[in-house]
Amino acid sequence: MFDPVFIKVLLGTLLLAASSSVVGAFSFLKGESLVGDAIAHALLPGVVLAFIIGDGRNPFALIFGALLAGLTAHYGISYLEQRTKLKGDTAISLVLSTFFGFGIMLLSAVQRTGHGQQAGLERFLLGKAAAITLSDLYVFAALALLLLASVALFYKGFQLMTFNEDFAAAIGLPIQWIRFVFTVLTVLAVTVGIQSVGVVLMAALLITPAAAARSWTSSLRLMLVLSAAFAATSAVLGTVVSASLPKMPTGPWIVLALGGIAFVSLLFAPENGWLSRRKRAKGNQLKTQRENLLKLLYGAEEREGRTVAMTSETIVGIRRQHLDGLHKTLRSLKKEYLLVEREDGFALTEKGRTEGRRVVRLHRLWELYLTERLGMAADHIHPQAETMEHIITPEIEALIVKELGNPELDPHQSPIPYEED
Amino acid sequence: MEKSIEVHNLTVSYHSKPVLWDVDFELPKGKIIGVVGPNGSGKTTMLKTVMGLMKPDSGYTEIYGQPLDKVRERVSYVPQRESVDWDFPADVMDVVLMGRYRKNNLFKRITKEDRRIATEALEKVNLLEFADRQISQLSGGQQQRVFIARSLAQQADIYLMDEPFVGVDAATEDAILKLLRDMKNEGKTVVIVHHDLQTANEYFDWIVLLNTRLVAAGPKEEVFTKELLQEAYGGRLTVLSKLGDLISDTEFPLREPDFKEDQPKG
Repeated sequence: MFDPVFIKVLLGTLLLAASSSVVGAFSFLKGESLVGDAIAHALLPGVVLAFIIGDGRNPFALIFGALLAGLTAHYGISYLEQRTKLKGDTAISLVLSTFFGFGIMLLSAVQRTGHGQQAGLERFLLGKAAAITLSDLYVFAALALLLLASVALFYKGFQLMTFNEDFAAAIGLPIQWIRFVFTVLTVLAVTVGIQSVGVVLMAALLITPAAAARSWTSSLRLMLVLSAAFAATSAVLGTVVSASLPKMPTGPWIVLALGGIAFVSLLFAPENGWLSRRKRAKGNQLKTQRENLLKLLYGAEEREGRTVAMTSETIVGIRRQHLDGLHKTLRSLKKEYLLVEREDGFALTEKGRTEGRRVVRLHRLWELYLTERLGMAADHIHPQAETMEHIITPEIEALIVKELGNPELDPHQSPIPYEED
Repeated sequence: MEKSIEVHNLTVSYHSKPVLWDVDFELPKGKIIGVVGPNGSGKTTMLKTVMGLMKPDSGYTEIYGQPLDKVRERVSYVPQRESVDWDFPADVMDVVLMGRYRKNNLFKRITKEDRRIATEALEKVNLLEFADRQISQLSGGQQQRVFIARSLAQQADIYLMDEPFVGVDAATEDAILKLLRDMKNEGKTVVIVHHDLQTANEYFDWIVLLNTRLVAAGPKEEVFTKELLQEAYGGRLTVLSKLGDLISDTEFPLREPDFKEDQPKG
């Protein structure tokens, strides 16, 4: 399996996938994911015609045919969008299905004449990298390198075209020309990409790596590098499987691997991933429970004018909370010396008292804000303050205090407890 | 009066429906100028046409007496904040550096001097500490200031800003106003599309009152009269809007754009 030819095929496919995904990343960011899919399908008639004319053995005829069909499809979509009342998605579907239908018709005709073998159809539709001839591979690998170099060269132009096209035009960049170059690169990326995944699954190669990469980074450069890395990894996997197992197409394996990477990214990415979101939610929940407990003890001290200790049974009686949850909250408070466990129960430490005072203060400040600024009735404000007391930051607190002019009493005439300094 | 921007007999359509009818005015240099009018009165269209982003059906615009392409580096454009996707992967510095992009450095790397200018621009809008912040994490007011910093980094003489005061906090509003005054003192010209009548009088020296057609243009004392405001905000002219619908429905061509050639200047 590790003979030199296979290594060459492997490196070639890796390059093909990486280059298409880098171009596709810009389509993804432009919100034009479906245009890539349409172009991929629309290439089929061009590719098959080139297959017939070039006798199936000329990669340059193939590239030329693909370019012709791809550009026609792209400008066809633009024309339909601008000059008819059709919506964008309709225009895309119309062009995609018409071209693809025509391509399939041509393919069937080719097969009937015995001109192309079964492998031809499979290769175009689903990709069969292992079946690619070495001389073809060199041509496509060169094209892939050209694509990567072009993206590097046009980085600033593509970045601005994607982010803010009007601004690009306003500063006098030749935006029509940049867009045309991008379209040509997209068509070439698809031409290169269908060698490994085929027409049907091409959209996945353009879009999935970018979508996965975006969830890991907010830097465009890094996102392009990651997209390429994800696509290359998947391509290697697909090629190895396709070469090891008989009658296995490459494309579906590459796309499945990409899907796996995207899935993992969505689950585990920092900030926006499912896991870190869940962690955040858990953290917020614990914070709320801790602060409510400190508030409870502070309130009792305020009423009785002395330090109060409560056993966990007493607390459960008041808060109607599950004992397990309470023990967890108590443990975390004890660990940070906000509570101390005495013989007669849990009591606030000085640190805990300050924290409890803060929560009570925020609660009362917010109640006052609601009545003063939003004109809410005093008997409607408690539930909202119960939530906001855990959210309000010191900056917002300072704003509220300033806006209300250092108030002394809340709407229920309870004192607002400030820190003495 | 020294002229900055001239707009001559401008008619512009959007989806083949005219949104500006025969608008004609001249703007002075070194002033803060408001383009004011109700929603849908063609303010943004006017700005985009001056920037060459929309093609007029007839008429033309000039900057410092020359077509835009001759003086493009002296003109800066701040699009509406909502016109871009702020989820785009970029940090604040990336966006401000875009103000240094030019046709002749499109393929070149960003230089140290570009970075210095961008940093200076960020400092002017009080966002230097946010230079590495992802743009998706900014507040509306901060986003607006990033756009203005990008524009400052262009080091132009005329600044065209589309609704910079929409949806910004009080701090940003103050920062922008202070900046505008500084720019004016440096002799720059700032043209601002603005829809809020309450503040227009306070912000601007010179006002263009627009409602599909030109209602008035001049120093604010002359333009901000009850009669003229009534005319601009008192609803659209029925005949004009009916005619616009008709032109759009029948796809009737308006006058040719090369109308300029037939007209003696002045």
